[in-house]
Amino acid sequence: MTNHLRDLRATRGWSQQHLAELLEVSRQSVNAIETGRYDPSLPLAFRIAELFGLAIEQVFVSPSEEK
Amino acid sequence: MSRSASFSPAQRRYNRRVLILAILYALLLFPAVYLLDRHLVAGPPAYAVGILPALPVIGFFVAAGAYMVEERDEYLRMLVVRQSLVATGLAMTTATAWGFLEGFELLPHLPAFAWPVVWFAGLGLGTCVNKLIERQVAA
Repeated sequence: MTNHLRDLRATRGWSQQHLAELLEVSRQSVNAIETGRYDPSLPLAFRIAELFGLAIEQVFVSPSEEK
Repeated sequence: MSRSASFSPAQRRYNRRVLILAILYALLLFPAVYLLDRHLVAGPPAYAVGILPALPVIGFFVAAGAYMVEERDEYLRMLVVRQSLVATGLAMTTATAWGFLEGFELLPHLPAFAWPVVWFAGLGLGTCVNKLIERQVAA
């Protein structure tokens, strides 16, 4: 699933490690989500969106909108 | 289970448990072999001594299950579940094929404790499968 996580992280100047610590996940998880290799669960997706103060669809692109 | 340089708390607990179980296995295997090979124990005590080396091996499976339950990082948990599925598929497939071929006397007898070894080897294969899948998805 496409997402804007890398851009959002970059605008705040956060490293993957820093974001991982804020989310209480591993850096590998952040990397896998950013590169679209792993789609997070709904609770984790909400945690990510809430961390950036955004709605979930502002962070993650709906697969139906990608087509 | 993960090959990351930094381990999650659940991974650290898993590694510690596996290390303790490996030491227990070595401590229990040699006395059991010594006592049973020389017929120094018989009857019910022989069964008790014979099962001792199996207990740490059973513990490895318990440790793997406990890790899956305790791992709070869902991505790492997904990787280890996939790794274990590959290991289980390899062990069960090989055991089934070997069992039939052995039954038809086309292969020699293999002690059943070989299958956990195949399962542990399957974890290694699972790591490779994880890497391949992750690389494909990223491409």
